Amino acid sequence: MIFGMPEEEYFAPGHRACAGCGAATAMRLITKAAGPNTVLVESTGCMEVVSTPYPQTAWRLPWIHGAFENSAAIASGVEAALKAQGRKKDINIVAFAGDGSTFDIGIGPISGMFERNHDVLYVCYDNEAYMNTGIQRSSATPFGASTSTHPAGKESKGKTEWKKDLTHIIAAHGSPYVATASVSHPKDLFKKVQKALEIKGATFVHILAPCPTGWRSDGAKTIEIAKLAVQSGVFPLFEIEDGKHVVQQPKKLTADIREYLKLQGRFKHLDEKDIAFIDKNVKNKYDRLVKLAEAGL
Amino acid sequence: MVKAVMEASHAASEAVKLIKPDVVAAYPITPQTHIVERISEMVADGDLKTEYIRVESEFGAISALVGAAAAGSRTYSSTASQGLALMNEMLFVASGMRLPCVMNVANRALSAPISIWNDHQDSMSARDIGWLQFHCETAQECLDLTLLAYKVAEDHKVLTPALVCLDGFTLSHVFEPVDVPDQKTVDAFIPPFKPLHAYVDPAKPVTQGPIAFPSHYMELRNVQNEAMLNSFGVLTEAFKEFADKFGRTYDFLELYQMDDAEYAFLGIGSECGTLKVIVDKLRKKGEKIGLIKMIVYRPFPKEQLLEATKDLKGLAVLDKAISVGFEGVLFTEVRSAHYDSDHKPELRNFIVGLGGRDIQYEHVENIYEMLKGGKGKKIEWMY
Repeated sequence: MIFGMPEEEYFAPGHRACAGCGAATAMRLITKAAGPNTVLVESTGCMEVVSTPYPQTAWRLPWIHGAFENSAAIASGVEAALKAQGRKKDINIVAFAGDGSTFDIGIGPISGMFERNHDVLYVCYDNEAYMNTGIQRSSATPFGASTSTHPAGKESKGKTEWKKDLTHIIAAHGSPYVATASVSHPKDLFKKVQKALEIKGATFVHILAPCPTGWRSDGAKTIEIAKLAVQSGVFPLFEIEDGKHVVQQPKKLTADIREYLKLQGRFKHLDEKDIAFIDKNVKNKYDRLVKLAEAGL
Repeated sequence: MVKAVMEASHAASEAVKLIKPDVVAAYPITPQTHIVERISEMVADGDLKTEYIRVESEFGAISALVGAAAAGSRTYSSTASQGLALMNEMLFVASGMRLPCVMNVANRALSAPISIWNDHQDSMSARDIGWLQFHCETAQECLDLTLLAYKVAEDHKVLTPALVCLDGFTLSHVFEPVDVPDQKTVDAFIPPFKPLHAYVDPAKPVTQGPIAFPSHYMELRNVQNEAMLNSFGVLTEAFKEFADKFGRTYDFLELYQMDDAEYAFLGIGSECGTLKVIVDKLRKKGEKIGLIKMIVYRPFPKEQLLEATKDLKGLAVLDKAISVGFEGVLFTEVRSAHYDSDHKPELRNFIVGLGGRDIQYEHVENIYEMLKGGKGKKIEWMY
C-alpha cells in the first residue's frame, strides 16, 4: 500500500498517452480504487485509443468499448447480463468517458442509465474539449477558452458559453451519489470512487483531467494546474450524497483564478476585464455551492 | 406442441419465451410494439425470466445488447424503420465485435415522408452491416425463423448477429394458427449459450472493441466475412435438425410450383402469400409460373438462386426497397448473381408496396403479363 492505495496496477505502463496526461493518471487511480473484480466500459476517446492498439492492450481488467456516445447504455447491458448470470454482487462496473461523450453526444444514454438506476459507476474524465480529435469545443469547455473550432481571433475571445453544469444534471436524476474529483487530489479521488462503488445504484464521479496538449500547458505542471482549478473555485471538490451537498475544501477560496489561467495557452488571449468577468461567475457558483452545503441541501 | 391462433407479433414473442434470453432491451416503435408488449406481459407474469431493460431509445437498446452480449449473455431486441436506422452505428459494432444478438424487425418504410406502413427499406439498408437476415411470410415462420436465427448466430463458427424480419401490419398484426413447440424440444435444439471470446471474467480479462490500425483492420474484416460465409453450412445443418425435431422444413429459398416453371416471381416476406394465390390462379389457366421466396437474404443464397432459375425464361423480381438513383435493391443482387451463370433468364424489376401500398392481385397479374410478353420497362413501378 502506498498512501493507502494498493500497489497493483490495472492500467499498465506502456500505453500511448501524452506525457503529463491527466486522464491517464485518473485511469490509474480509478482502477486502483475499483480493484481486481471490475469490468470497465469505455467510450471512444483518448483513453480508448491510447490503451488498445490491437493486438496490444494496457488493460489488466475486462474492458469493453462500443462507440463514442453510449458507454452508459453498454454498461446498462453489462449490468443486466451480470445480474442474469448471478454475478453482479461480485463485480464492479465502471463506465468512463471523456467530456465530449458525457456532456454532449452521450447525454441521452447517460440520462437513461441514471433514470433506471443501474448499479454502475459512471466516471467522466473531463479535459474540457474534444482532445482526441484535436481540441474542438465541447459543452464542457470553459468560457473564454480557445479551441480549434472556437479559436480566439481578432473578433473572438474563444468560447462564448459557460461550461454545462453536468454534475447537477446527473444529480437531478436522483442519483444516490454524485461527486467531483481532481487528479491533483488522489486520495480524495480514490476515496470517492470507492464510495461510489459501495453505494448501490447509478453513481457519478466527475474528474478534472488537465490535457497539456489541448490546454497548451507544461506536462510537468498537470497536477499543479489541477490543484489550482480546485483552489480557485473553477473546479471545486464536492459530493452530493442522497441529494445533500458536502464541499471538500475551505469556504474561502485559497488561490486566485489568474494563477490557474496563466499556466494555460488556451486562455492567454484573455485580458484583465475578461478574467474578472470569469472570476465573478466562478465565485458566484462556488458561493452557491457552499450555501447549499451549509443549508444541508 | 400446442396449436394456437395468434398474432404473428406474438409468435415472435413466443419464440423469445422459448429461447429465454438473459437480457432483453427494447424501445417501442410502431409496428413492433405488440412483440415487446407481449414479452413485457410474459416478464410481468413470471413466464419469462429475463433482465428486461426499458431503454431510452433504440440506440440504447442495441447498445445495451452489445454490453450484455459482450458480458457473455444471450440477448434479444426488436425494432422497425426509424428505430433500426437509429441503431445503425451500433449494428456495425455488434457484428464487428462478433456478438450474436438477435432482433426481430417489423419492417416499415422510412421517413420522409413519415410512414408507419410496410416496406423493406429499413432492413435492406442494413444488408451490408454483417447481420444474418431472415424474412418471414407467416406467423409460424416468425416463431421458427427466430429460433433458427439463434441457432445459427450463436454457433461458434458463425458468431454473427441476426435480424428476423416480419412485414409491419401485413404480417405483424395478422392472426394465424401457430404450432408452438414444447420447451424440451427447443432446449434440445438451442442449448444454453456458451460464449467463445466475449465474456466478463476478472480472472481472465479480455479487451473487447479495441482500435485496429491499417495493419490489422482488413484481416479482422476478412475473418468476419468468412464467419458469415460459414453460416451457409451451419444453416444447412440447422434446417435439417429443425425438420427432424419440429417437423417443418425450411431452406434458404422456398420454391413454390417451380418444378416445370418457365417464369417465376421472386419475392420476400408477406407478399409471397399474394404471389402464391396468383401462381395458383395462373397455373389453373395452364401458365407455367412459379414463385421463389427468399427466406435467407444474408448470407445471400446465390448458388441456391441460380439452381432455382436455371430453367427459367423470365424472372420478375419484386422489390419493396429502392436504391434511389438506381433500381430495386434485391434486383441488383439477383442480376449480379446471374452474371456468372451460363443461363440468364430475362430479369425484370417491379417496385411494389412502398410505404404500405397494397400489392393487389391485379398488380401481380400485370407483372406476369409484362414478364411473359416482354412488355413494359426494365424497372416498373407498380401502383
